[in-house]
Amino acid sequence: MSKQMGQDGGKVGGPPRHGGPPGPGGPPGMMLPGAKPKNFKATLNRLLGYLKPFRMRLVIVFLTAILSTLFAIVSPRVLGEATDVLLSGWMDKFNKVPGAAIDFKQIAFILAILALLYVISALFGFIQQFLMAKVAQKVVFQLREDVNAKLGRLPLKFFDSRSNGDILSRIVNDVDNIANTLQQSLTQMITSIVTLVGIIIMMLTISPLLTLILVLTLPVSFIVIAMVAKQSQRHFKNQQDQLGSLNGHVEEMFTGHTIVKAFGREKQSIEKFEQMNEKLYGSSWKAQFISGVMMPLMSFIGNIGYVLICVVGGLQITKGTISVGDIQAFIQYARQFTQPIMQTANIANIIQSTIASAERVFELMDEEEEQELAGAGKTLQQPQGNVSFNHVQFGYAPDKLLMQDMNLQVNSGQMIAIVGPTGAGKTTLVNLLMRFYNIQDGQITIDGVPIHEMQRSYVRSLFGMVLQDTWLFNGTIRDNIAYGRANASEAEIVAAAKAAHADHFIRTLPDGYDTILNEEASNISSGQKQLLTIARAILADPPMLILDEATSSVDTRTELYIQQAMHNLMKGRTSFVIAHRLSTIKDADCILVMNQGTVIEQGTHDELLAAGGFYADLYQSQFANGGSGEVEMEMTEYKG
Amino acid sequence: MLQLMRYLKPYGFTIVAIIILILLQSLADLYLPTLMSDIVNNGIISGDTGYIWKMGGFMLAVSVVGTIVSILASLYASKVSSAFGKVVRHKVFSKVESFSTQEFDKLGTASLITRTTNDINQVQQVVLMILRMMVMAPLMCIGGIIMALYKDVKLSMVLLVVVPILAIAILAIVRIAMPYFKMMQKKLDRINLVLREGLTGIRVIRAFNRTSYEEGRFTESNKDLMDTAVKVNQIMAFMMPLMMLIMNICVIAIVWFGSHRIDANDMMIGDLMAFIQYAMQIMFSLLMMSMMLVMIPRAQASAVRINEVLDMEASVKDEPAFKQAAAKPGFEATEAVIAFDQVSYTYPGAEKPAVENLSFTCKQGEVTAIIGGTGSGKSTVIQLIERFFDSNQGEIRFKGVNVKDWSLDELRGNIALVPQKTTIFSGTVAENIRYGKEDASDEEVREAAAIAQALPFIERMEQGFDTMLAQGGTNISGGQKQRLSIARALVRKPSLYLFDDSFSALDYKTDAALRAALKTHVHDAAMIIVAQRVSTVMHAEQIIVMDEGVIVGKGTHHELLQSCEVYREIVQSQLSEEESA
Repeated sequence: MSKQMGQDGGKVGGPPRHGGPPGPGGPPGMMLPGAKPKNFKATLNRLLGYLKPFRMRLVIVFLTAILSTLFAIVSPRVLGEATDVLLSGWMDKFNKVPGAAIDFKQIAFILAILALLYVISALFGFIQQFLMAKVAQKVVFQLREDVNAKLGRLPLKFFDSRSNGDILSRIVNDVDNIANTLQQSLTQMITSIVTLVGIIIMMLTISPLLTLILVLTLPVSFIVIAMVAKQSQRHFKNQQDQLGSLNGHVEEMFTGHTIVKAFGREKQSIEKFEQMNEKLYGSSWKAQFISGVMMPLMSFIGNIGYVLICVVGGLQITKGTISVGDIQAFIQYARQFTQPIMQTANIANIIQSTIASAERVFELMDEEEEQELAGAGKTLQQPQGNVSFNHVQFGYAPDKLLMQDMNLQVNSGQMIAIVGPTGAGKTTLVNLLMRFYNIQDGQITIDGVPIHEMQRSYVRSLFGMVLQDTWLFNGTIRDNIAYGRANASEAEIVAAAKAAHADHFIRTLPDGYDTILNEEASNISSGQKQLLTIARAILADPPMLILDEATSSVDTRTELYIQQAMHNLMKGRTSFVIAHRLSTIKDADCILVMNQGTVIEQGTHDELLAAGGFYADLYQSQFANGGSGEVEMEMTEYKG
Repeated sequence: MLQLMRYLKPYGFTIVAIIILILLQSLADLYLPTLMSDIVNNGIISGDTGYIWKMGGFMLAVSVVGTIVSILASLYASKVSSAFGKVVRHKVFSKVESFSTQEFDKLGTASLITRTTNDINQVQQVVLMILRMMVMAPLMCIGGIIMALYKDVKLSMVLLVVVPILAIAILAIVRIAMPYFKMMQKKLDRINLVLREGLTGIRVIRAFNRTSYEEGRFTESNKDLMDTAVKVNQIMAFMMPLMMLIMNICVIAIVWFGSHRIDANDMMIGDLMAFIQYAMQIMFSLLMMSMMLVMIPRAQASAVRINEVLDMEASVKDEPAFKQAAAKPGFEATEAVIAFDQVSYTYPGAEKPAVENLSFTCKQGEVTAIIGGTGSGKSTVIQLIERFFDSNQGEIRFKGVNVKDWSLDELRGNIALVPQKTTIFSGTVAENIRYGKEDASDEEVREAAAIAQALPFIERMEQGFDTMLAQGGTNISGGQKQRLSIARALVRKPSLYLFDDSFSALDYKTDAALRAALKTHVHDAAMIIVAQRVSTVMHAEQIIVMDEGVIVGKGTHHELLQSCEVYREIVQSQLSEEESA
């Protein structure tokens, strides 16, 4: 076990792969930069680090595993002795040797020893697995905790650049894989090797000739295994591919069910499914069959060995070079021989996949974390909500700047409307204000204090945020509103709900505030969800707000409620509104017109119209016909 | 599970063959120890080398037969189980395709997908296991008992004691462990849910500084999972050593009692050795069965979910004696294309009807717009026309014939729907448009795209109409998807268009241009437009205002401004005063 690992609890931070900037807290230089991408040894060491707190238990586990196996290995030999005693007594009787009798005393003695061996072996086996259960699960628990804690420290950039599926799969599948190895394969490896070695030794002591015969069948087994595995892999891959495309078709047809129905395309859809299904059947049975052939072939090879032993052993007995009990024991050993071989052959695979899993998990743990500047921690006496951008430079990739030099001055209580076409980067402003992303140059200040001199969490506590994608979690409505502020009282929650025009609909639900939102929160409408998130922001009572007006999937009357609720919320607070409504834009103290990631114009509605720029065009094209006043810009999509 | 087994029926013959093959295989396996005991009894003790060689060859032959037979069994088992999977998959898929929206809502799309894919795979795996092992275990067990009895009846008494003990021990452990297994699955699901929520809500969590709260939630479910996992594994830790111990004690008992039988000359020494092997085989088969028992509940859960799908009846079906549309003679262009007559519909389980007493008509060449709040029943109207579900009361007539009297195929063949949620299938742009009419010519496709205002962006794409679209149209924008979905409807050239809030992702320019193009190109069809934007509906020949499932206003924009309070409210929320005048 590596000495330097695991000392700082779970936050094992070896330097990240591929020469990235050093992660925090880890001893540098443990891994050579530019080493093979799959660094087997380092990952193994790191995984062992997790086992370190349990090393005493593990030693016991290994000891008991070895002992249990040893006792199990010796027992056929002892049983063979009993048979010999039995046989010799019987032979003497058979040959009419005077006074001959089976020595039952001796047999009873041997059997008693045998029983003892069995009991001890079972006991050790039990202790080993019992202890391992706790070790394995605790290690896995710690791994999950560490990964999750790590996620809490990673910047938004990380989440925006990766699919949730990938992250989930690392925390769930990979960790699970490690758990299985720890629980089963680890001790199995030890027992297999011990068994293998033990059996060979025992067999050699009985008869080197018979052992040689048995060992000669081994290469045959390996060839068979290799051949079958190669064939079955091909078919399994086919099966997997076809299953994938079939699942894809199912997913596509079911999600587009309305259209399939409306356009009467059920028949074609079923036809296509049939074709895929037929192909899948073809590769599926072949894959199953070929992998199913393995067992009979292996047991056939086993049987050849068995027959050879019977014959050769039988011949030897007639020559008197070996006893019947020995043959009996040998047959038992031979029968146990194939299993550990298969297992040992598999060990390499298991270790490899486990280490690969561990590596994927550790990769996540080595991601660069959000860091606070030294000395960050300034707070504001009484936050007023004066925000300014001074020469701000920003781009998601350092070499691709979106904002070159942005300047903005917002005074306490003002309302800033952000408008622009889809993909104009309206969310970028949110990302910067909330310090989800760091700017490259310049300064953003709140009441004169640069936000990077404050803790991230403090900056965020100054803002309330109501986004278009309403995030609610599986829990009661009360808990979801109370999310805005820990320890909010019942009265405060209800008051917030009232201010958000949500109280009424909540009370019409069967369980009122105790209604549990299901996994997709599909038991309330999207407008209602939005009202809940507004209530959450009201409860948080922040000095500044970031709102997204987009209410695309909400009907106009609910929208009216939402509008009123937002109005209540904005009173007396500095607000940044991603605007979709003319009234909002007209009332705004300043409009930020965004395009291609940056602010291209700013000013009031009248000023901007007078200037005749991009905004004027936008306005004209959307209001010139039909006389509607809704500024409709395509739904803002959030990255990730 | 059993219910699903009926799909194995066509393979009854093959299954019988499999059972026979496996029986032969078990017999071969069981015969080997008998031959060995013969070698010991007749060959070794009397020193007959020739006999030993002869029997050895015989053993080898038996073993070859056993292998061939078991490979054949494996072949048929693989074929049958794969065929079973194929059949069930087909049944489920076609069943789901027959479902109406109502059934989809009830089970959920995601769940239906899992049922058709993972659940069936799960069951298929278990069927294979059953055919290969489950059949084998009892045969081995019975065969072993028969051989044991044949060798020595009295000694078999030992088995009479040990086998029930083993069986009880297995059952007890399975009984204890099973609830924990189920619990563990639940806790795994829980931790996944918490994780997923944490990932999707990352911005909100950070914005409200609730990272540590989320960590607490995670730790809680993580710990919960760990506790259960430890329990499960500790119970299982008990199982294997105990089983082995029981088996080994059994062997000791056999040797002890067997040696007395040998002493009394009731038994040969080779028989004892064979007997031990039989006992082992019997007990191993019991163990194997217990392992299967653990597998089955998992498949059982899947089987239940599959059966739920298969047992569900589509709520909307062709009436047994639907009249052919052609049978209705003389549909006049002046007649209403669609007519609602006192139609009400209540969702199953709902207290209040979703729509009540709807009456209105739509004429050829006219636009009827429906506007109203969420839950006002606008979309229900569309779904009723498409017969995604059938009205409880009243009558909907399409071209003068009750929609229930139309065949679903023909009714839908005369209607083109542009749904709220655009659906784009993987395939080329042209294929997606042709979804509306399979045999549409290139010109027709092009024309439809042009009316739908989709032509400019399609032509901008590198491969034009042959551009591949990803599933769900993830490589084009929302507005583009909507235009393609409109083109798909247009190419169909139906008698009735249904636009269910289909212009929401279009900017005003495109929206207006599209409405103008529709006006000039579509003369011989009626149009129903459901919308939330006043600007989209204000030019319609007829606007229907819905509120809480009833019609509260019907007329043109200007009429409604005068007469309908709800309409005025909607207009005011969207238009500033000077603009609505």
